This record gives sequence, C-alpha cells and structure tokens, in this order.
Amino acid sequence: MIKAILIFNNHGKPRLSKFYQPYSEDTQQQIIRETFHLVSKRDENVCNFLEGGLLIGGSDNKLIYRHYATLYFVFCVDSSESELGILDLIQVFVETLDKCFENVCELDLIFHVDKVHNILAEMVMGGMVLETNMNEIVTQIDAQNKLEKSEVRMESALGNEGRKHDHELCMMCSFHRLSFSITL
Amino acid sequence: MVVPSLKLQDLIEEIRGAKTQAQEREVIQKECAHIRASFRDGDPLHRHRQLAKLLYVHMLGYPAHFGQMECLKLIASPRFTDKRVGYLGAMLLLDERQDAHLLITNSIKNDLSQGIQAVQGLALCTLSTMGSAEMCRDLATEVEKLLLQPSSYVRKKAVLTAVHMIRKVPELSNIFLPPCAQLLHERHHGILLGTITLITELCERSPAALKHFRKVVPQLVKILRTLVTTGYSTEHSISGVSDPFLQVATNTDTSRNAGSAVLFETVLTIMDIRSAPGLRVLAINILGRFLLNNDKNIRYVALTSLLRMVQSDHSAVQRHRPTVVECLREPDASLSRRALELSLALVNSSNVRAMTQELQSFLESCPPDLRADCASGILLAAERFAPTKRWHIDTILRVLTTAGIYVQDDAVANLTQLIGGAQELHAYSVRRLYSALAEDISQQPLVQVAAWCIGEYGDLLLEGSCEETEPLQVEEEEVLALLEKVLQSHMSQPATRGYALTALMKLSTRLRGDSNRIRQVVSIYGSCLDVELQQRAVEYNTLFQKYDHMRAAILEKMPLVERGGSQVDGEAKESKEAQLSETALVSTEPQASKLLDLLDLLDGTSGDAQPPPPLDPSQGGALVHLLDLPGAPPPPPSIPNLRVFEREGLQLNLSFVRPSGTPALLLIMVTATNTSGADVTHFICQAAVPKVCGRPGFEVAWALEEKRLSRGGGWEEEREGNDNAGTSTWEVMGRGFETLGFGGVA
Repeated sequence: MIKAILIFNNHGKPRLSKFYQPYSEDTQQQIIRETFHLVSKRDENVCNFLEGGLLIGGSDNKLIYRHYATLYFVFCVDSSESELGILDLIQVFVETLDKCFENVCELDLIFHVDKVHNILAEMVMGGMVLETNMNEIVTQIDAQNKLEKSEVRMESALGNEGRKHDHELCMMCSFHRLSFSITL
Repeated sequence: MVVPSLKLQDLIEEIRGAKTQAQEREVIQKECAHIRASFRDGDPLHRHRQLAKLLYVHMLGYPAHFGQMECLKLIASPRFTDKRVGYLGAMLLLDERQDAHLLITNSIKNDLSQGIQAVQGLALCTLSTMGSAEMCRDLATEVEKLLLQPSSYVRKKAVLTAVHMIRKVPELSNIFLPPCAQLLHERHHGILLGTITLITELCERSPAALKHFRKVVPQLVKILRTLVTTGYSTEHSISGVSDPFLQVATNTDTSRNAGSAVLFETVLTIMDIRSAPGLRVLAINILGRFLLNNDKNIRYVALTSLLRMVQSDHSAVQRHRPTVVECLREPDASLSRRALELSLALVNSSNVRAMTQELQSFLESCPPDLRADCASGILLAAERFAPTKRWHIDTILRVLTTAGIYVQDDAVANLTQLIGGAQELHAYSVRRLYSALAEDISQQPLVQVAAWCIGEYGDLLLEGSCEETEPLQVEEEEVLALLEKVLQSHMSQPATRGYALTALMKLSTRLRGDSNRIRQVVSIYGSCLDVELQQRAVEYNTLFQKYDHMRAAILEKMPLVERGGSQVDGEAKESKEAQLSETALVSTEPQASKLLDLLDLLDGTSGDAQPPPPLDPSQGGALVHLLDLPGAPPPPPSIPNLRVFEREGLQLNLSFVRPSGTPALLLIMVTATNTSGADVTHFICQAAVPKVCGRPGFEVAWALEEKRLSRGGGWEEEREGNDNAGTSTWEVMGRGFETLGFGGVA
C-alpha cells in the first residue's frame, strides 16, 4: 500500500502532498520536512530506496524517490509494494504529466496543483495502484476536462456573467521554463 | 463594493512574490479572510475557486479547517466542476477524525447511483481515500452494485474501493465475496488485478475466505499462463503452483525495469510457497545474477530479498557470499547497510575467519551510524564461531581498537572473562594489550581491559619473552608510568580510572621492585574529588599501612568468573576486592600462616582494638566461598581442617563439619593435643566473635563438652555454630569477648 505521495523542490517547498492514511496537519508538514531532509542528503549515483523516517512508520516503510531537475518525487510505501514497480510508476506519472501539460516543468505543477491531483487520482486510488497505462489515464482526464468545459460553456450561454475561464490562464505561464530531463 | 476575488493563479503569484516568510504569511492571512467572508456570504459561483485557493494554502501548511463545510456544499452541487474541487477538498481536509466527514455519506450515495462515470469515479476515489468505517458500512451495497456495472472504468474503481472497505471493516467480506468469482473472468487487466488484490485482502482477513478461494487457484494459474504466453508484463503475485514460475523466470526479458520487477516478484513467490528445491535454487541464482547488475536499485532489491531467505536456504545463499562482500564496499549507504546485514547473517564456522577479516576492514571505513551494528555483529559472530581462543581475543582486540566507542557495555566484561579463562594465553594477551595501550589511551573499553590485564598479569609482562609475540622488553617503570598516564588523562572516564588504580595496586605485589611509587600515587588519589576513586585510594592506603601483611593475599590473582551471575563482571569483582579489604579489618582468612599471626596478636595484647577471632563460623565460611568459588553459595563446600596453634607441644586443630541434614548449621570442633611430656596447666581458651554476629540473623550457640583423657591425649570440645535467623545467645562483654575458661590437669 502506498502511504503517501510527495512532490517537493530542491529547497523543500511542497508542490504536491497526498496522504492515504489519516495524519493531522502538523504531522503531515513534519513528514514533508523529514522526508525532504532524508532525501536531499542523498548523492546522485546511489540507489533510489531509503528507509522511511520515524514519523511515517519506521522500518516497515520505504521511501522510493526520483529526482528530476528541480523536483523530488517521493512515494512512501510499505513492504507489500514492489520497489521496482513503484519506481516504474513514478516514471509513468511523470510521463503522463508531460503528456497532459506539454513539456511539463515545475511552474506547471505550481500553478495547476488541482489538475495534478486529478491526474494522480486516476493513477493511485486509496493507496493502491489503479491504472498504469498512460493512454488510458490521459483519455479519462481529457473526458473529465471536456465535461467541465461543456458545463462552463452551457452556463455562459445561459448568460452567467462574471465567470472567468480557468483555461485563460495559460497566458500567465510566460515565464522561462526549466526543462525536465526525463530519464528512462 | 465587492472586491473581486483573486483567481487561484493570481494568489499563487502573490505568494511567490513574497520575499520573506512573514510577508507570505501576511498575504495568505489576508486571502484567508477574504475566503472566509466569501464562504459566509454563500456565493455559489465562486465557491469552487475559493476552495481551490484554500487547498493550495493548506498544502503550504496553513490552517484550512474552515473550508470543510464548503466541501460538503460543493459536493452536493450538480456541477461537475464544483464536485471535482469539492471531492478533492474532502480528500485533503476531511478525515475520519472529524465528525463532519459523515455528512458527505449521503452525497456520495447519490453520486454513486447516478449514471455519469466521471462523477461515480470521483465519489469512489474519495471514498477509498478517506472512507471511515461507518461510511464504508453505509455504502457497501452501493459499491457492490457498481462491481457489476457495464463500464470497466467504474468497475475498476469499485474493486479498489471494495479493497479499502474490507481493510476498514472486515465484516463486509460476506458482501464482497460472491462477486469475486465473476470478476475473475474479466478480460480487463486492471479489473483483474484489482480483483486479485481484493481476494488477497479477503483471504488475509478471514480463513473461511481462504478456504473458499483455494478452489479458485487453478483458474488463477490459468490466467498466469495466458499472461505469460501473450507476453504482457505486469505485476502479479499469486499463490499458485510452481510450474508457471519456471516459464516466467526463464522467459522474462530483464532489459527493462518492468521485466526485472516481474522476476523479483516471481522469486519472492517461489520463496513464499512451498516450492521444489530446484526452483528455490533457481530463484536464488536469479538473485545472484541481479547482484552483479550495474543498476544499484536492482542490487538493493536483490540484497533485501536474499536477506529474507538466508534463514531457510542458507547454503544456496552462501554461494553468493563473495558478491555480497563486494557490495560492502559500496559508497551508497543503503546498499552497504543491506550488505552488512546479509554478511552478518552469512557468517558460519567455515568462513568465519575470512568474513571477519572483511567485516573488520569494513568497520574501519564505514559511516558512523553503521559502526555500532557492525561492531556488535562482529563480536557476536566471533563468540559463536571462534575457532581458537587466541583468534577470538585477537578479533575482539581489533574491534576495540578500531571502534572502541561503539561497542556495547558488556564487551569489556566478556573480554576479561575470556582472557581470564584462557590460562595459556595470559602472557600473550597482556603483551598485546600493553602494546595497544601504549599507542592509544583514548578508547575506553580497550583501556579498561588493558588496565585489568596489566594488573592481573603484570608479572608475565615483565618476565622474559612470549613465543607468540615479538619480544618486548618492558621495564617496571614504564608500566607504572603508563598506568599513571591513564589515571591522569582527561580522556579517561571514572570507571577507567578505577580500573587503573586497582591495577596499580595489584602491581604492588606482582612487581619485584619496591612499591613507593605506587604508594605515592595511591595516597594522592586519597583526596580525589571523585568519590569512588577516593574510596578506593583510601582503602588501598590503609592496606599499605596497616595491613601490609595481608596485601599479597588480597591482591593475588583472581579466580575465573562465571558468566551469567549477578556478580560476574569485572567491575563487580573490583568492588568485591574493595569490600574484601574492608572485611579484612574484621574477619580473618582461614589460612594457617595468617592465623598464626593473628593468634600471636591474641596472645599478646588483649587491648588490641580489633582482635580478629579465630573462630567465626559464618564469616569463615563466606570468605572461603569468596576466594574459592565465587557466586556459588549452596551447597557450601567442605572446609579443610586447620591447625591453628602449635607451640611447645600444644596443638590446636579446628575441624569444620556441616551435617548433611541441616546445611545452615556448621559444627566446629576444636581439638587440643598435648604432645609434650609435661602437664598443661592454666589452659584458657578464649573465643571472640565480631560485633556483626550480634546482629539479628546470626545465632551462635555453644555447647561445651569436656573430656578428660589420659596423658598424651587430647581433649575435645565441641561448639555448634548455627547461622540461621535468631538472636545471639551470647553475652557480649566489653569488646565482644566471650570467655570460657576451663582448666585441667592431665
């Protein structure tokens, strides 16, 4: 079972945090800090597995992480998950993000946290892996987005003023992009 | 005037624009105030946007609990956009500890039964993430209905939700058991996988389910076979029969990560079920191959898996020992930790020398957090598999020199006991320890053991050469100087200083030169601030001054300590020695030479302040225990007869008997023999016991028997000593003398 999925940058700022077990807010923040502390100490050429910190359950739990440019993707799992499989899953996750956002970078994750959550919800549900096929996931996400857009269109057609469209914001993202290096 | 609320992205912009933490907090607080106002006003149009902002702020760590009710409202709204954000908020902000979470049960129920896939998906997702036991109970039937829905997307989610429900409420298994059979016929792999997870959960929770699903095993194996033949790589761990695994194990392509993952799972499955030995060996060989892989991740997983099966398939794993030892040298901390655990598990009697060599070189270079484990692992392995005592001592010595501060406390005791027991190695040990100590006095356990050894076997250190080490010419002065250095060094702990002081004391009897230097040191420490040291120094001082004649006996070589008793570590023996010097003031040693001296005292001045009594049943018995066989009270050994007095034809013999029925009773017989030709007149025999005998817990009773015998014979007088509880029956006169007088003419 996956206990938590964390994404944070090189300075420890959380970009996404999803917990599949009930923890209080303070504990959640502490876990993020502790995980960052453990993961940031690691060298570049060591293996991607770490024993979990004390807060997140100790010796039974492992931290499986991957470092892409400025972001750390950390999955905290217990012993029932296959480590290499989870490593694969992180890869699929990042590739899916890339497909949905077109050359995804950290800024995309910052400004579209809710979308990242939606994508993640299609892959991991209740701590268990739901879908690993990238195309499937993207199809579902597209269907949901279409549903949203059609709702918005309907309402604006019915004359709801003052509604701003969220997808207008792509124009905001005119900052210089940091490129990811997606390694296989 | 309505202030237009910020869009999510604008808020993020502002937060990122804040230069300091305080600024950021300010921005967020202002925005939260807006959000709260908006929630209060109940603006339905922008609610989802407000909540989205709130969720962002929540991720950064700020309180967001006031958004919980808004989640409910959003979930209840018919719009998909609202529901999306609402459910996300529910997953992030609500959990089973808040009472509010039950309020969404109804909404979820409604959403589950309406037709739109996306909505059902959302509801199921939320339920599986934060569904509490009550919610699960309420919604179980709804989920079960969805298991048979036409849409595979929904079915997939429903199966996983069912798994979560089973985990929360095991009693729901009877609802979810029947659909499983049908679900196994699925073509869709996601659903199949989910179903298998569900079955696994069911089987884990209830043995009845396990029995039910045993029948399904052939079907599962068939599924596995089809998977293998169509070449689909996925993650499966099924308990089934052995054959398919052979196919999977030999046919899987390991060039990609997924292939390796499959292989690992296969190996683990082979280990978990009761496979044929050939298959197990295949599994271990696969792992061995992985150990040679370049990818560190694969090596890590291989080491972990090998560790799990080293207990059951020890010999097979042994074949990969060289590779494992190679992994010890990894710079990667996770890998080397795993390799260390595995190496320690692989040590056995045939490879112990080589492995210890490797482990010791690892100890020298490993990171500090692994040192303690490594050191204690080496010591444990050495204890279990040491081929010779000398090797064992060498190993412990090396560990102490390299990583002395990381060893556990009982290592010192173990080593002293080991050295004490190896009679033939005394000279060797003391020389090695002396050289080690001369180089470095900072490692406390090493210093303690070395000090003890030098104290005990100092004479062996000085006399000639030992054939097992290089010749070492050591002068007395050097030895004393070294011990003094240890005493004075600021690196020495109080315990170490205690060891050193006692060692110096012991050397006063072992060394041939005079003991002035030692006396000086001892008297200096008589005013030391450390109470323990001061006490020792004062006692030793007294030993020098008043009881010099007893010094040799008190400080002679210690007998072998028995392990496992409460007084068996070196420290306790040290304190017992200290005690001995105290008790020496009031008791005696049943050694003939000493008693003669003491009786001289008796004959002489009766005004001596502390006359040691010649007869003292329990004390004598206890002392004999201390010196002969420590830590073994009952049954007490028999005490040999003693000739306590001999002058001008008069002999006094003491014999001690413990009647077998009452071991607490000690009968002491004094036999006086007159071998001279003349009569003995005015024979007065006095016996005194120390004041300690007047305490409760002692009872000494007397019985006098007088026999008159002819010339040249002897009299016998029997006294009973009973050291059970009771009060003393003596009349204690003055300084604790009891006078019995009798005289006679033979």
